[in-house]
Amino acid sequence: MATKTIAGKTVQVNDEGFILNANDWVKEMAPEIAKEEGIAELTEAHWKIINFCRQKAQSLGGKSPTLREITNGTGISTKELFTLFPKGPAKKVAKVAGLGKPEGCV
Amino acid sequence: MAEENRKVAFICSKGNLDMAYPALVMGWAALGNGIDVTIFFTFWGLDMINKARIDHLEIPPVANSSMKMNLMGIPGYIGIPQWMGALPGMTPFATALMNNKMKELGVPPVREYLQMLVDGGAKLYACKMSVDMMQLKKEDFVDGVIDIVTAGDFMDMTEGAQIIFI
Repeated sequence: MATKTIAGKTVQVNDEGFILNANDWVKEMAPEIAKEEGIAELTEAHWKIINFCRQKAQSLGGKSPTLREITNGTGISTKELFTLFPKGPAKKVAKVAGLGKPEGCV
Repeated sequence: MAEENRKVAFICSKGNLDMAYPALVMGWAALGNGIDVTIFFTFWGLDMINKARIDHLEIPPVANSSMKMNLMGIPGYIGIPQWMGALPGMTPFATALMNNKMKELGVPPVREYLQMLVDGGAKLYACKMSVDMMQLKKEDFVDGVIDIVTAGDFMDMTEGAQIIFI
């Protein structure tokens, strides 16, 4: 299994670079992963989404919630979500938050 | 990462409720994964973007051999007799059942779902020939429909895209 050092901590990742164990993730890793995903800076709105997903994932077996769950749960619009995490928010949110890809189609 | 973005294009040609969802579900999944999405609405598919029709898409039980009574909670795979499907009220009944199932699953209605795709960056176009045939105008369509274009235009704008016909 591949490993990766993020923010000074070595964690196991899968082929696509997702952190395998959600518990390995710490807040300090988010800005570094975000940069790799083309997000220069994490704003308050980004953190609102990350924190929501981290909390929600506890009941989803470490998987990120779907985009619709995120917009419904945070009050952030679809448009804004796609601006905050451009080009593939479903994957990017999960990656930055150290979670698995969302299961579910909406 | 300098390579060109993956693109998919859907051609929606059906206006039945069950045939509205495939492009919405796959298009939404594509956008979530960073894939460019274009949707071309043609023939009955125009109902999906027609302001007067979008909230009233239906699913008729007639000639639908896959629709069984288990939709109504009757276990097994007992069919709905065709003559019964033709009775007045059966189409609205089947439609209400399907809409309820979708709601239970947390799937939004077609209008809201389509808006989500537009907000996520999907580009919607209406087919010129079908629009002319049905005597529709751009004003008849929901916001988010960019233009009425010909099949040739569609081919030009989807160069390099994977095309899915529904």
